[in-house]
Amino acid sequence: MSPLAALLSPAHLLAANGLVLPHVNYTAIMPELILLGGMLLLLGISAVSPRHLPTQVYATATAGIGIASLIASLVLWHDVQKGGPFSAVARAVDIDGFATLVLVLCSCVVILGAFFAAGFLEREQVQGVEYYALALISASGAMLMGSANDLILVFLGLEILSIPLYVMAGLDQRRAASGEAAMKYFLLGAFSSAVFVYGIALTYGATGSTNLASIGSFLAQNVVVSNGVLLGGLALLLVGFGFKVAAVPFHMWTPDVYAGSPTPAVGFMAAVAKIGAFGALLRVLFSTFPTLRTSWQPILWALAILTLLLGALVAVVQRDVKRMLAYSSINHAGFILLGVQAGTSRGAEASLYYLFVYSVLVLGTFGVVAVVGGRGDEGHGIERYRGLAHRRPLLAGSMAVLLLAQAGAPFTTGFFSKLYVIEASIAAHSYALATVAMLSAAIATFFYLRLVFAMFGERAGRQASVAVPVAPAGAGAPGGAAGQFPPVGTLPAGPAVASAAGVLTLERAAGLVDPGRAEAAAVADDDAGPVVADADLQVSPWVWVGLALCVGTTVVLGIWPSPLVDFARHATLLF
Amino acid sequence: MPTLLAAATLPDAITFAVAAVICVAGALGVVLMRNPVHAALNLVMTLFGIAVLFVEEDAQFLAAVQVIVYTGAIVVLFLFVIMLLGVDRQEQVFADGFVAQRLVPLLLGALVLVEVLLLAHQHWVTGAAKVSGAARGTRTNVVALGRSLFTTYLLPFEVTSALLVVAVIGAVVLARRPHRVPEPGELPDGAVRAAPPAEPPVPSVGGGEGAADGADDETKVVSR
Repeated sequence: MSPLAALLSPAHLLAANGLVLPHVNYTAIMPELILLGGMLLLLGISAVSPRHLPTQVYATATAGIGIASLIASLVLWHDVQKGGPFSAVARAVDIDGFATLVLVLCSCVVILGAFFAAGFLEREQVQGVEYYALALISASGAMLMGSANDLILVFLGLEILSIPLYVMAGLDQRRAASGEAAMKYFLLGAFSSAVFVYGIALTYGATGSTNLASIGSFLAQNVVVSNGVLLGGLALLLVGFGFKVAAVPFHMWTPDVYAGSPTPAVGFMAAVAKIGAFGALLRVLFSTFPTLRTSWQPILWALAILTLLLGALVAVVQRDVKRMLAYSSINHAGFILLGVQAGTSRGAEASLYYLFVYSVLVLGTFGVVAVVGGRGDEGHGIERYRGLAHRRPLLAGSMAVLLLAQAGAPFTTGFFSKLYVIEASIAAHSYALATVAMLSAAIATFFYLRLVFAMFGERAGRQASVAVPVAPAGAGAPGGAAGQFPPVGTLPAGPAVASAAGVLTLERAAGLVDPGRAEAAAVADDDAGPVVADADLQVSPWVWVGLALCVGTTVVLGIWPSPLVDFARHATLLF
Repeated sequence: MPTLLAAATLPDAITFAVAAVICVAGALGVVLMRNPVHAALNLVMTLFGIAVLFVEEDAQFLAAVQVIVYTGAIVVLFLFVIMLLGVDRQEQVFADGFVAQRLVPLLLGALVLVEVLLLAHQHWVTGAAKVSGAARGTRTNVVALGRSLFTTYLLPFEVTSALLVVAVIGAVVLARRPHRVPEPGELPDGAVRAAPPAEPPVPSVGGGEGAADGADDETKVVSR
């Protein structure tokens, strides 16, 4: 029978007509739909609006969309608590406590990210909707990863999460480092995605399904005699996840990408990529491959030890704050891996709690870094922070709280997050790992405290020991830097970047600078140390709101941890 | 060969032979043609031949994908690149390069061949139930694929659209011209201008290019 005839035969037409489409439970995917729909709406508004809307409009809209998806996520949470977990849309997504927690978390990241982005984009005079649109898509990808019940959907979520992040890394076209970051992130990310897909293919070949639940039940009911393909698939999946969470042998991209990307994008990237990747990793390992626990636990053990140690040790020698925070984020990934490695529901709970805490901390920290970085997003040397507490006590205080929380100081959420993962690790008898984790926390404290001491120490510019180039090394010669950054050249009269000495000299030559600023310029020229003009450290109200939320969460939940802990506990009980 | 042809009917065998000749002839053309455009067109021929072979094997979906994606999109992309680089450019393809570069492909190719032959002999890969159905099942594979796309994989299929949106936004954002670099003589707004006022072009999906163009023109006028 020829193929065409077969296709047109009545039997087949009937079969095609008898196609039963799966029921689409829109509530189950409502948070993702809200984010994606909101993104399309924003793009549409920006396309039809006759003039450029200010960035605050988009930020408000993005925060609103985030709040809407937060509400939808909480509704789902309520449903799950009442009616138990369920699968939806042909079993492609699993809505359980775990998934809803990831949904809630992603919504929070969108809201906080919008605040910090607004402050940054406002200062850099970047208009346009792109940043917010990309952030919304990226967060929806992380949501999909957290609730996906199918490896193909996990992969699509991974891509939807990653590709906007590549673009966000390269958003700052004035700095070559940003383009470099985007290129590096994209190439390595594409490579790791390919490895991940290969892992899916091998897993499918070995088990006959891409559905996580089906794979799990297949492995529970059958003993795979020659399991080379299965283990190969699992290993490649771990490599793909390892790249996304920046676990150590796969961390190479992290410092360059973090240092090069626009600062608020880094905070968002760090938070959302870790949420998505760890969400999917936990689900894949815990609900699909629990039977292979003896195989994946040693791999994760090694990954966690390497990640913890390298992250902490290399961060100590960094002079650039963004690079230091990049290694610190690697270190945090190690702590989260600790909970994953435990392989118990207690471990998963601790990891989720840690993810929640870390997301808030990293967003807030990079929010402050973006402010201190000044116009042009260039000043990220540690010397910029010297004496910050004297000039901007509130900003420095917020930063100190966030850093201490990252270090794991008591009365902050950071303390409990570290405590829980180590506790889970000990409960799973991984004593060596727990010891290494504590050691690495101690090392990490050093570099967090160094930054805190720098902020609360001497005033800037008075120390002879501070011999730091005026312009960051990455920018090339100061003259070139001044030419590179239009905002410096097109500043309104008020604020000035004193470190761009070329511009100041130029202004003085023109003889049109008011005396106060000329004096400041003279100081900048005379002192070896860099002076950050106070006017440059204008903190936008948006950033204040974001910081207040971050610091508030960190401290309040640090003193009264039970709500969030209960939240995480309920999330993992419902697998 | 005899075992392969024994099961096939005569029309099948003829189709196979014709398609095989088209494929090989096209492949030879790709390698031997001096003109890159001719080589690309020969590649189209090869890919069409492969599409015919797919139909012959009852893989209609793959045949369609082969034509749409490879001949339709990828070769056209090749041609675009060739045209952009200049058709007439002479390239010394074999002038440099390491000997290893020529040996490694041979070695890897031989390895893959050995692997394929081994696999053809014995089936040892999976411990799972068979995942592939009969080649000539009750449904054609177009129907089967369509069914699974609209049932089991409905959500992944729909979600792919988000990826397309990302691709569009990403391309627009990254391909947009960077901010105009101010002239060295240009001063902040508060000071007297050495150069004519130039609004910084504001990036947005909607536009902003016009402003940049205008500013460039103005600068040119002054410098003249």
